[in-house]
Amino acid sequence: MTTLSNSVTADTHSFAPAVGGEVRDFFALLKPRVMVLVIFTALVGMVVSDATVNPVIAAISLLMIAVGAGASGCLNMWWDADIDALMTRTAKRPIPDGRIRPDEALSFGIVLSVGSVLILGLASNWLAAGLLAFTIVFYAVIYSMWLKRATAQNIVIGGAAGALPPVVGQAAVTGHVGIESLILFAIIFIWTPPHFWALALVKSGEYAKAGIPMMPNVAGPDSTRRQIVWYTLLLAPLGLAPVFFGFGGWLYALIGVLGGLGMLAGAVQVFRLREGESERKAAMGLFAFSILYLFLLFSALLAEQGLGLYRAVVV
Amino acid sequence: MSDLPDGIRPLTPEEAQTRRKRSLAIALTLGALVILFFVLTIAKLGPQVLQRPL
Repeated sequence: MTTLSNSVTADTHSFAPAVGGEVRDFFALLKPRVMVLVIFTALVGMVVSDATVNPVIAAISLLMIAVGAGASGCLNMWWDADIDALMTRTAKRPIPDGRIRPDEALSFGIVLSVGSVLILGLASNWLAAGLLAFTIVFYAVIYSMWLKRATAQNIVIGGAAGALPPVVGQAAVTGHVGIESLILFAIIFIWTPPHFWALALVKSGEYAKAGIPMMPNVAGPDSTRRQIVWYTLLLAPLGLAPVFFGFGGWLYALIGVLGGLGMLAGAVQVFRLREGESERKAAMGLFAFSILYLFLLFSALLAEQGLGLYRAVVV
Repeated sequence: MSDLPDGIRPLTPEEAQTRRKRSLAIALTLGALVILFFVLTIAKLGPQVLQRPL
């Protein structure tokens, strides 16, 4: 076992009292990049709700949604430490690298989960708190402990956890779940498979080494490519739904159309190019573009609803 | 260090620094929570909390 006191050389026959991990390693357990995405999508969920809410309460709610997401990421890293150690992408995470003990990560994740849910409930309402608790349990238990190692549909069903922040955001500022956040949920949910499978096509060797049944490893690359195209065909029109439901304006429509066409072009490239370096480039191209696509869609909503740039599209 | 149990050695300077940083982070987090609850309480009660008969 890698200990936390590797630097000790003076007396290797006695143990240091428990020191614990570094602060930055605990922060890394929260998957900060995922937290930023969660803050962003939950904020959009709040903004499209057109609710009048105290900005302090909205900010605290947003912070708690982010902390809850970080807590679920921490619990995921605690559970997945064994397979993280087998993949180069994840081997340097704090637990497999021996910088934080698993029991420390588990305690940290549980404390933050309970704390974020309780404070969100006190700050906003218990519907939002319940939805946040559901998101954490869905990601840490349903996805991490069960689906991820059991089925090739892991990221399809598990994608619900990543799609829920706008719903929690809307619930936090309005006290109910409306059609706006449900549409945003659907967009992220349908976006997740082509996004992750593009990466999985490139990293299938790593996933196979860790024994994770990703779609390319189970159904094969060709079937995965077909499914990427099908999901993208669904995603491109779905991405325009906010326009038809009256909360996406001209800017959103423009980005939705161009971005949807870009996604389709990327998916077709992944479907066509099946050999050598071009295969890898097409898959990584779609993976990168899918992030940009979702970011621009949500940024457009933020600009239109948050900065007053909304101009209705007559349909 | 005579006050340490058998088999337990004192912390190295690096380990002591790690522990100090972590203690500081916990203290700051607790302080932030105090501020958060205070601000939240004022926000929930609203400005009229300051306008009460003496």
